[in-house]
Amino acid sequence: MTVTEWESLLDRTSFIELDARERAKALLDEGTADELCGPFDRIESPWLEPQGVVPQADDGVVVVKGLLDGRRVVVIGIEQAFQGGGIGEVSGAKIAAALSLAARDSRAGTPTAAVLLLETGGVRLQEANLGLATVAEVCAAVLELRALQPVVGVIAGALGCFGGVSIAAGLCTTLIMTAESRLGLDGPEVIESEAGIAEFDASDHPLIWSIDGGTQRVRTGLADALVLDDVTALRSAVAGAVRQGVPAEHRSRRIGELRARLEAVDPAHPPAPSELAAVWGRPAQSEGDQG
Amino acid sequence: MRTLSYEFPADRPAARRSHVGVVGSGDLEVLMTPANGNARVRVRTSVDGFDTVWRTVLERFFARHRVAASFELNDFGATPGVVTLRLRQAIEEGRA
Repeated sequence: MTVTEWESLLDRTSFIELDARERAKALLDEGTADELCGPFDRIESPWLEPQGVVPQADDGVVVVKGLLDGRRVVVIGIEQAFQGGGIGEVSGAKIAAALSLAARDSRAGTPTAAVLLLETGGVRLQEANLGLATVAEVCAAVLELRALQPVVGVIAGALGCFGGVSIAAGLCTTLIMTAESRLGLDGPEVIESEAGIAEFDASDHPLIWSIDGGTQRVRTGLADALVLDDVTALRSAVAGAVRQGVPAEHRSRRIGELRARLEAVDPAHPPAPSELAAVWGRPAQSEGDQG
Repeated sequence: MRTLSYEFPADRPAARRSHVGVVGSGDLEVLMTPANGNARVRVRTSVDGFDTVWRTVLERFFARHRVAASFELNDFGATPGVVTLRLRQAIEEGRA
């Protein structure tokens, strides 16, 4: 590493090291953050305490309204340290309601975009069906808002985005990842426990990141931008995505392209992760993080 | 999971409410709300069998920091050192 690289490394402020509330506030313009349904509203999960699990006052989801480069946005952050970012009845309802309110405001003449900070293993098992139901509501609310204003998904790490919430990530207008982050429907340990270690070795980190990692997800077009773990870089990437507005066609609507991709892969002889981008006919992209 | 309640004499009212920490492994969340009278502490902890340790840690803290407020602690296995640091952080953020 050269001297300049060390200096730029020391100048960075890690986004990954911030908690959900700090992340949400770090994205917004100074002094504009206004938290909704915060810890002192004490809307915690009613299902955890009867099962012997200590609840958190905000149920692990932070909702903050404010301005990003002067544009109105609502940032919705999942706290990965609480229950592995698991979505329960209350936390899921908070996400869905915040998105729906942004859609309502946008229709009423106050355009409000949304930023989703996704760090979660998916539905919280203690709240099983209620969690699943709210994830469906979150997906419906993403679809409602993305027709009016951008819904920008950010998976910064270190946990990554898995389970039902990864479907919501796939519905986002733009999906931003870091090289440290991961995106997948089933997490590595779920695959290993369901299908065996020969199918997927959850202790093999290079293997996991070669498939679920941000670099691969961006290279294969399942995410849009690979950004450095730095507050300024992530903030400018999110602001850029909000500025771009609503695209003519969302990725999740390109059914023909997605079906062709499935057909291009033979599950009996799967391509190596490094070959996947070529199999899917994507031009090789330059390595390295943006920003 | 255990729910514990304590009350300690206090005479320095907190200026404003504060919230610190997260209910994550080895950590705890503290919600402090200013109140008149004593320091009232409600602890919900994921670890059973440490009632005496909690009493000792809190007694020592509130003997030094006589902050009149209601404290709600949601604990996920924090050590006594982390508990004390989070409480210090809560009262510092609750100063005017």
